[in-house]
Amino acid sequence: MRFSPGQTVRVAARDHRGHHRTPGYLQGRTGVVERVHGAFTNPETRAYGADGLPRLALYLVGFAQRDLFPDREGHAGDRLYADVFEHWLVVVA
Amino acid sequence: MSDHHDHGHDHDHAPVTDAEEPEAARRARALEALLVERGVIEREDVRRGIDWLVSRSPTDGARLVARAWVDAEFRERLLADARSAAHELGLDPGPSPVVVALENSARVHHVVVCTLCSCYPRALLGPPPDWYKSLPYRSRAVSEPRGVLEEFGLDVGDKVEVRVVDSTADIRYLVVPRRPEGTEELSEEELAALVTRDSMIGVAEPTAPPVPA
Repeated sequence: MRFSPGQTVRVAARDHRGHHRTPGYLQGRTGVVERVHGAFTNPETRAYGADGLPRLALYLVGFAQRDLFPDREGHAGDRLYADVFEHWLVVVA
Repeated sequence: MSDHHDHGHDHDHAPVTDAEEPEAARRARALEALLVERGVIEREDVRRGIDWLVSRSPTDGARLVARAWVDAEFRERLLADARSAAHELGLDPGPSPVVVALENSARVHHVVVCTLCSCYPRALLGPPPDWYKSLPYRSRAVSEPRGVLEEFGLDVGDKVEVRVVDSTADIRYLVVPRRPEGTEELSEEELAALVTRDSMIGVAEPTAPPVPA
């Protein structure tokens, strides 16, 4: 596991042809690792009949609601959490 | 493959009415026919899957919540590992390798959504309601959760932090709502009856307890 809870990470914003499980509204956004779920098969290969191996680390990442949707009048403390696979996360210095 | 629906599909549709089979249903039937024809699955597998799904209901999730309300140690175990906690009560937590219970409190309110499709703790809550799978809920639950909650009749108030959880992968999430006030005398079974499906998705509070005569 490359990341641990409390660590700040950014979701990669990249072109990805084919199936993946990283919602567009999170791409390029910065959040904090909340929990490490463990290692799971890769949905990006499993979607095409492969076994999804090797398994990839999956994290629950938390974001500030206002960072994601700045034009909405969200409350300052509101947060959004999503599960993101490790290869979609970038270290934030 | 006589009923093959074969135009690649990105155009808009007129609203699908009850009189007409939805596009998704036709597509599912075509896929099933093809998978059976190729020997990937058997019709019996599909039937068994449907039977399993419709046999599930929110009463299983409600049992977990009610037990957590009356048993502090069970509550700890549920929040640590909801799969094991379900097994402990003899419940089937389903095929997801990890099930997470999210506890609401006086400061935090959780709402679950799947923006990408319709991931849902089906084993513990049964089939998801239609609105859970609808595009408006899936998009607005993340962009304006408080507005969505208000439309469900829920005003969580300014002092409560709303936490939306988007189930984007293998994990299934279940909300543990707050125990309603005035339920100190109720049995675990009576408490479970107050725990609705919507309260375990996070768009409602549990049902208020019956007023004593």
